[in-house]
Amino acid sequence: MTVSYFPGCTLKNKAVDLDKYARQTAEKLGVTFEELDEWQCCGGVFTESTDEIATKLSSVRALKKAEDLGNILVTVCSACHNVIKQTNYQMSDEDFASKVNNYLGSEEAYDGQAVEKHYLELLRDDIGFDSVKKQVVNPLKGKKIACYYGCLLLRPSKVMKTDDPENPSIMEDLVKSLGAEPVYYAARNECCGGYVVADSPEFSKRRAKDICDGAEKAGADMIVTACPLCMYNLKKSGSDIPVVYFTEVMAEAFGIKEGENNG
Amino acid sequence: MADENKELKMPDMNYAKDEIIRISGVNPRKCMRCGKCSATCPAYDEMEYHPHQFVYMVETGEIEPLLKSKSLYKCLSCFACIDRCPRGVEPEKLVEAVRLTVERQQGNDHFTPDSLAEFYDDDMPQQAIVSAFRKYRK
Repeated sequence: MTVSYFPGCTLKNKAVDLDKYARQTAEKLGVTFEELDEWQCCGGVFTESTDEIATKLSSVRALKKAEDLGNILVTVCSACHNVIKQTNYQMSDEDFASKVNNYLGSEEAYDGQAVEKHYLELLRDDIGFDSVKKQVVNPLKGKKIACYYGCLLLRPSKVMKTDDPENPSIMEDLVKSLGAEPVYYAARNECCGGYVVADSPEFSKRRAKDICDGAEKAGADMIVTACPLCMYNLKKSGSDIPVVYFTEVMAEAFGIKEGENNG
Repeated sequence: MADENKELKMPDMNYAKDEIIRISGVNPRKCMRCGKCSATCPAYDEMEYHPHQFVYMVETGEIEPLLKSKSLYKCLSCFACIDRCPRGVEPEKLVEAVRLTVERQQGNDHFTPDSLAEFYDDDMPQQAIVSAFRKYRK
């Protein structure tokens, strides 16, 4: 199976482990991530206003390219997933879609039919956690993992439909299939304060500390996340609990993490 | 990051209310005043006006205090109020529309590239920077 892959700005720079191990674990599972040609940054945040067109064009172009190739569009970063999926949803509004297509010109006109999925959704819905389990050579026995969803993977739920927004299980099911024990804690689907880190760093630090403390109190050895901004915030919170990407624990269980030096 | 003492340019207030309703797509009259949006808001303690007040004040036309409020820059855009509102009012869209109404006035940008040096560190993901540009600058 080949999918079109939208890595996003951060995975090409600061979040290389999120990118590298996503590609490598997918390859083990028989899925090739074919990076889209000339993709453009999604902008990191979806603008809710009904009249913003230009800020959504990069997402539309990515969706259109994947559709032309006949592929699902896969993202690994929670923010890219949120921006592209919300943009795709907004394309179901006829007025908005016609403005976007006027902007793009007839050669690029897009009908909103492409399917965008986060890698976690691909694992659950297309590959299956049973197939994931079969690739595990180094089960993460005894590891207690707190899964951190934050906001962007789940909300707004009527658009994202990634999982139950108040009681999600997609990441816990993944870590179970890797042999680890998921740990449940109150703030796993609450926001870490990521977007205000530049404007109110002390505020986002308090948010992140609450999340880390909650995971630690519930007995977790580590936190896993799919979002580079959550990762940054949680690591800067002053808490000692390790924070890693979900693709890293997958790669460890698949026996491909150690000794890797390619990008 | 922004100059706290900067005098913001204010739009015409009659225009502002219509503009906020138009670009948000929100109907504040659907609100039944249960307060769940503010109860679930992770930025509640940071805000001078809370999500339920944005809904009420836009409905009653008290726009100017909102336009001038620092609360506009405390909203985390986490969609908690959007998801948990039992009436589908979507308060966060109003907060954003008020913010955009300010930022779309010339010279009202909340974020300037010069201020990058104040908060940037080597671990900071690009995502934090592009988001600051998108949210706080037009």
